[in-house]
Amino acid sequence: MHTLVLSHLSIVNSLGAGLAATHAALRERRSGLQPCRFETVTLPTYVGEVAGVDEVRIRADLAHFDCRNNRLAQMGLEQDGFARGVAVARDKYGPERIGLFLGTSTSGIFDTELAYRRRDPRTGALPAEFRYSSTQNTFSLADFVRRYFDLHGPAAVVSSACSTTAKVFGNAARMISAGLCEAAIVGGADSLCLTTLYGFHSLGLVSEAPCRPFDAQRNGISIGEGAGFALLEKATGQENGDAVLLLGVGESSDAYHMSTPHPEGLGARLAMERALAAAQLSPGSIDYVNLHGTASKTNDAAEDRAICDLFGTHTPCSSTKGWTGHTLGTAGITEAIISALSIRHGLLPGSVHTLGVDPALRSRYLVENQSARVDRVMSNSFGFGGSNCSVILGRAG
Amino acid sequence: MRVFVEGVGVRGPGLNGWQASCAVFAGSAGYVPAPPVLPSSEWLPPAERRRTVPTVKLALAVGGEAITQSQRDPAVTSSVFSSSCGDGETIHHIFEVLASPEREVSPTRFHNSVHNAPAGYWSIATQSREPSTSLCCYDASFSAGLLEAAVQATVEARTVILIVYDLPYPEPLHAKRPIGATFGTALVLTPQAGERSLARLDIQLTCGGATPTAMSDPALEQLRIGNPAARSLPLLSLLARREAGTVVLQHIADNRIDVSLEPC
Repeated sequence: MHTLVLSHLSIVNSLGAGLAATHAALRERRSGLQPCRFETVTLPTYVGEVAGVDEVRIRADLAHFDCRNNRLAQMGLEQDGFARGVAVARDKYGPERIGLFLGTSTSGIFDTELAYRRRDPRTGALPAEFRYSSTQNTFSLADFVRRYFDLHGPAAVVSSACSTTAKVFGNAARMISAGLCEAAIVGGADSLCLTTLYGFHSLGLVSEAPCRPFDAQRNGISIGEGAGFALLEKATGQENGDAVLLLGVGESSDAYHMSTPHPEGLGARLAMERALAAAQLSPGSIDYVNLHGTASKTNDAAEDRAICDLFGTHTPCSSTKGWTGHTLGTAGITEAIISALSIRHGLLPGSVHTLGVDPALRSRYLVENQSARVDRVMSNSFGFGGSNCSVILGRAG
Repeated sequence: MRVFVEGVGVRGPGLNGWQASCAVFAGSAGYVPAPPVLPSSEWLPPAERRRTVPTVKLALAVGGEAITQSQRDPAVTSSVFSSSCGDGETIHHIFEVLASPEREVSPTRFHNSVHNAPAGYWSIATQSREPSTSLCCYDASFSAGLLEAAVQATVEARTVILIVYDLPYPEPLHAKRPIGATFGTALVLTPQAGERSLARLDIQLTCGGATPTAMSDPALEQLRIGNPAARSLPLLSLLARREAGTVVLQHIADNRIDVSLEPC
């Protein structure tokens, strides 16, 4: 596999739009979670809602892609000079040599949820203006971004619940290795919808308070939304010292249960081991692990077990879901970008809302932020269906 | 990219398994569409088997057939799933409940609604902890899955099972996204030729449009056009005829994938 550099990044979530907003919120320990006032939802919970999504106007030539998820995606594409970076890459490689591997778990289904309230009372038909392919269909996101940048390379959407936008790093690395593209955009968007809010609630997995990862009193997740993108190009060896490289990706399956992780974290451990093997690194060379850390009882216990079995109890680790909420299909890219910020700024984020770490959990869990040089970070993302992925990022210099 | 096919699975209207369908694909027997039979996987534990929905039954049926034919151990085989629409029946029920005053979503329906539900059940059924991915590429979901599976087989030098499926949505979504019939297929792909190799595939992604290969039988052509997974039919026909040839698959927009097949 070629070593790839994350040459451009962009992010939007409940902490704000752009890398600086996310970084500032992490530094200032300002969480994006607020009491849920999303649409007509009456659940007693907190959410990480992105401000201003309703005001976004989808670019006129792509108006038929208008839905909450693509609005959120467009917000992401317009941050941090990302579109300019893609335009330069497009000129350099050609539009047919840039791959597009994006992830979403629920795509534009929020707009279908609304359309189901407006069915014809006589025939049951959906409103005439409802457009399926450019909104609800899972591929809509990549189709929108492909047209937004006028790209003609290989493209696909990965949808494997909450590991989705970690796994797209693997898709891109393989496609570039196979010579099917020279560079790739990875990332995705996942937006609030009733399906996930009421669905996770039905499983008893949603907390009534802001989520408290690794806390003894943790009692569930807080759902968030967000978008994030990274442009991956082959490293030349001439990168400056602060450039962030993709060092390894590890994927695995739990083979255990659809919505409960393996209790000993076997699948999680395999994903981490495979990422280390791909990066040719030992556990001791990882400076910080950004955990999946959803704040569900079972996830945190299983992940802690896997971390302790593989790393021992000295490697600093934390979950940043107390800041952003669990952004589901965008958790992977959101936390990969937070990991990149950690390397760039020497910041090990702690864990907001976590008051007292569960004494039954033995890993070195950071509650307070720490400043230290960070050279290599592992970011974990695990999802329904027992889909696991670990990504290792590292400093070029 | 060069890969080898070691196993094939297929389910669709009047197409109940690869061996039973070969004569139809080869043109030596007439095609008679009939509702497909979707058995429950015997590999799943009883508790999981009770909860399986048609998407999972279809994916596990074609995957099970292909891996059995290849005699490969599914526990050490990576998997690539691809589907345009996922579980339409389940998401329709969720949408109906969310449009009602109670909004009481069934927890089982919710976890079945994720696009990678068949991959999760496959991993449980086969006890495979190997990597698995679940793709969506709208009408190009078969060609995108084939591309990803071939890339994994060649770049990572490992055996990969590709499982592609789509089922019709119930109304009112069917009117917005008509899928003509239920269809699923699976291919076991290896990077090297082996004694059970059925065919060699040379796969090339090209920028530039071309007419995708069609089926000569009108009913099979209707099936091909009506279901994204059935865009595989021209390739399955070449495999069944054990003839060398090239098929053109539509990829995204103006991209195409040429697959040249050479029987082993």
